[in-house]
Amino acid sequence: MSNYIPGQPVTAVVQKIEIQKLRQGHQLILGFSIGGGIDQDPSQNPYSEDKADKGIYVTRVAPGGPADEAGLRVGDKIMQVNGWDMTMLKHYQALKKLTKSNEEVVRLLVTRKSLEQAIKGAMGYTEEAGLIVDFVPLKSDQEN
Amino acid sequence: MPRQDSVAMDTESTYSGYSYHSGRSRGSHRHGERSRDRHKSRSKDSRSEKSVTINTPPAEPLLGDSSVRGEPVQDDNWGETTTAVTGTSEHSLSQEDIVRITKDLEDSVGLDCRRYFTLTLAVILGLLVFLTPVAFLVLPHVLWPDKLQTCGTACEGLFISVAFKLLILLLAVWALFFRPPRAGLPRVFVFRALLAVLVLLFVVSYWLFYGVRILDTQDENYQGIVQYAVSLVDALLFIHYLAIVLLELRQLRPYFSVTVTRATDGETRHYNLGQLSIQRAALAIIEHYYCDFPVHNPALLSASKSRAAKHLAGLKVYNVDGEFPAAQAEGPGNNAAAGMAQSQSRAMIAAAARRRDTSHNELYYEEAEHERRVRKRTARLVVAVEEAFTHIKRLQEEEQKKAPGDVMDPREAAQAIFPSMARALQKYLRTTKQQHCHSMESIQQHLAFCITNNMTPKAFLESYLSPGPTLQYSKDHWLSRKWTLISEASVTSGLKDGSAFLLKCVDFSLVVTTKKIPYIHMSEEYIDPKSHKFVLRLQSETSV
Repeated sequence: MSNYIPGQPVTAVVQKIEIQKLRQGHQLILGFSIGGGIDQDPSQNPYSEDKADKGIYVTRVAPGGPADEAGLRVGDKIMQVNGWDMTMLKHYQALKKLTKSNEEVVRLLVTRKSLEQAIKGAMGYTEEAGLIVDFVPLKSDQEN
Repeated sequence: MPRQDSVAMDTESTYSGYSYHSGRSRGSHRHGERSRDRHKSRSKDSRSEKSVTINTPPAEPLLGDSSVRGEPVQDDNWGETTTAVTGTSEHSLSQEDIVRITKDLEDSVGLDCRRYFTLTLAVILGLLVFLTPVAFLVLPHVLWPDKLQTCGTACEGLFISVAFKLLILLLAVWALFFRPPRAGLPRVFVFRALLAVLVLLFVVSYWLFYGVRILDTQDENYQGIVQYAVSLVDALLFIHYLAIVLLELRQLRPYFSVTVTRATDGETRHYNLGQLSIQRAALAIIEHYYCDFPVHNPALLSASKSRAAKHLAGLKVYNVDGEFPAAQAEGPGNNAAAGMAQSQSRAMIAAAARRRDTSHNELYYEEAEHERRVRKRTARLVVAVEEAFTHIKRLQEEEQKKAPGDVMDPREAAQAIFPSMARALQKYLRTTKQQHCHSMESIQQHLAFCITNNMTPKAFLESYLSPGPTLQYSKDHWLSRKWTLISEASVTSGLKDGSAFLLKCVDFSLVVTTKKIPYIHMSEEYIDPKSHKFVLRLQSETSV
């Protein structure tokens, strides 16, 4: 993950993860926990490289749950959820994007350090390593 | 030297002989001064001598010091009273004491002369000051009564004002200068001398003016004369204000931090003093010494002295190449030729440095052993005292009438329970080397006092468990002190940063160093109360 310069697009190596929501009673759960957001304290994030990074991180993954089966790991930073940007929004907004009751599937774009290292090692791009995407924070945080 | 240590511990017959001897002469000495002080009136003066606690009769040091200087002879019969005197007569004196007596006598005579001289000066000045306004008012009536204008209402009002101001001046002078003297300083008290000179000049100039302009011309304006007298009294009151500021107020603000160290055992205290001359600072320090420092106990120093002696005694130096008899040096008591002594001492120091010294080991184990012994004795003492105190019960009012047989007053009660704890107490005092500080009589007195005031055994023991300030002990220990101020700078000059002087007493000396309290730069920083704003730093983790 590169350092974030305000106003400049962020570049990251991401992995596409598709999670099928699991129905439990009248709730749809994904099986992981998130932390972070622009209204939270970024210095207490144990998973981020840059302690000023206010993005959304995966803090726990329930073993055997839908997220775990889809390949989500602890410490992943979520860049997009179903096309909505996750890098510059408040914590509860991120929550709302993930827990929409009318969606059965969420497609996340996550990044982690090992992805970048793998890309550097491979010196090219393959489908396994993931996409290289240019990010400009969308105006997804205007709705609430 | 005779076994004088046992004298202190033995019967009351010998001991009281000393105290009677000293008490009588001590009392007469004091009494004489007091009566003198009360009769004369005093004013602002240059009195440099206030009687110090010097020069009490010679019996005191005999009891206080020589009993310790001898080898600590243990007398186990201390608790039981015997009437045998162990070979010392009531008035035995050693050579040092004779020397000390003569020195004391000489000095006391010299000091008294000085004191009388300043006292008479003070009396003269005082009378001059108080009688001058009265004289100003009375003389016109005496010398030219017919020419004098009658005194109107304003003038008579001024009479009242003069009277009251004189009364106030009298009270103020009494408050400031009529206090019992507490010390005799070596040199004149500069501020007092200055004030006396000022007052004298002032009064003399007023008399001059009066003599020339009023007496010679025989002025008839009596009101003017009265106003003149009133102005004199006003000015005297202002001089008194000046005296208060110079003598009392100026040294109140702390300006120096003074470190006082006792040379013999290193006890150190720190005090804050104002801007004082060296002799006044020394006086303040001595007064603090009596209240704060634990009493000087020479018995505690014997351990380090014996260690030092052992260091030097451990080697024998033989001069193989010199003349017969071979110079055999052992310890510092060697009286060989000077050259040989020098080479021998150098050889000894070199050998001592090379030798593997295990005295630190001995010190460590000795101290640990001593500590253990003291603790054991303390435990036994505490138990004995507590048990002794349980035998005593205070009777209520009604019970006193019912049991008339065994009722005792505190002194008898103390004497009754004292033997049961005497042995434990004596052993404890001997272990902590305090046995010469407390006599049997003083312990019984203290016990009676504690019983009277319903004190617990622990409260009774407190004064024996830790050495208290010098004033707490009987007068033998401190009354015979004469202090000598040793200073490189003049003793009437003020204290300065880094000045040092010595206060020597017979047994030990106090080393005093001063440091100036630094000038403090303080600046302010204003914080607007509205600028106190806070943010909430959350880190929530929610499961999805």
